[in-house]
Amino acid sequence: MRVASPPTKPRAAARTEQLILFRISGQPFAVSSASVQEVRSVDSLAGAATEIDQPTLRKVRHVVRRNEKALYVVSGAAHFGLPPSSASLVFVLRKTRTALLVDGIDKMATMTRLQALPLAYCNEERAWYRGLTALDQNVIPVVNPEGFLTAEEFALLDASLVPESLPDELPSEGLELPE
Amino acid sequence: MIQPIESASQSFVLLRLGERRFAVAATQISELVAPSRIFRFPHRTPRLEGVILRRGRIVPVCDVAEKLLGKALTSRRFYLIAVRHYGDKSEWVALPVTGDCELIAAEMINAGEADAPHVAGWISHNGEVIEVLNLDALTPGLEAASAPAASAALLEARP
Repeated sequence: MRVASPPTKPRAAARTEQLILFRISGQPFAVSSASVQEVRSVDSLAGAATEIDQPTLRKVRHVVRRNEKALYVVSGAAHFGLPPSSASLVFVLRKTRTALLVDGIDKMATMTRLQALPLAYCNEERAWYRGLTALDQNVIPVVNPEGFLTAEEFALLDASLVPESLPDELPSEGLELPE
Repeated sequence: MIQPIESASQSFVLLRLGERRFAVAATQISELVAPSRIFRFPHRTPRLEGVILRRGRIVPVCDVAEKLLGKALTSRRFYLIAVRHYGDKSEWVALPVTGDCELIAAEMINAGEADAPHVAGWISHNGEVIEVLNLDALTPGLEAASAPAASAALLEARP
C-alpha cells in the first residue's frame, strides 16, 4: 500500500545574485555585478581624469566627466583604510557618481544568501557593506555601491569643481556590463 | 513568623582570561567551541577581530580581554559563543577565552552604582569573588531600534 504523500507547496526558486569578487590591497571584497556599469583599466582613465585636491577627502584624487556629470574616482584602499596599493582597474558604479579603484578581479560568483552585518559592527562599516556572504568556506563583505561617498562628501566635491576644468567625456574603451 | 527563604541561586559559566576568572549567566551562553579561522575585513568598530562561521551563521569575534585586563590575549583556547542583546534583537558573539570553562550555581549580588557598566554583579565561588559580566555593556553594538534595516539575520540575495 502506498501512503499518499502530503501535498507539497510549490517552492519559490531561490533568488541568486551574481557577484564580482575583487581585491584591494590583498583584501577580498564582493560587489553585485548589477551595480557595476563598466570595468575599465586605470590606464584608460589617464587622459580623461582631472586631479582634485580636497585635503579633507584624500580618498578622491580624480574626477572624470560622464554624461554631463562628474564621476568621482574613489581609492578603495584609502576608503577602507588599507595600505596603499597599485590599482589596475576601475569599476564605474551604477546609480551613483562614483568609480572605484581596485587592484584586480578574482572571479565571478553566485550568491544565494546575504547575511546582514552583525549588529556588533556599529560604525562607518554599516554604510560600507550591504552585508556578508559565505562563499567556498570564506566570508566576503559585499560592498554597498552607495557607501563610498556621502551626500555631504558629494556636495564638498561638487563645490570644489571648476566646470571648465573637466576634460572631455570618458573614452569608451571599458568593458560594459549588462544591467 | 519566619518567612521561607527562596534560593536565588542561578547558573553561571566561569571563563578564564589570563590569570583572572569572570562569570557570565549560563542562560546567555550558547556553546564553547575550538578556535576556528577568523575572517577579517576592514571596519571601524573597536575590539572586533573579525567573524567566524558557526553552524551556517556568521558570528563576530570580540576580544574583551583588553577592556577587562588592560591587555589583549596572546593565546586563546576556546571561543565562548554567547548571546548578545541589541534592543529587542539578539545575536551570537564569540568571546576568546584562555582556559577551560566551568558551569556553577551561585547567588549573585547585583552590581552597585560604583561598579563599571560591564559588571552585572558579583558571585562568590571557592573563596573567590568573581565579576559577573554584562555582555550587552561589554561588547560593542548597534541597538536594533536604530538599525531597522540591519535587523534581519538572513536576507535573501536580491538580483
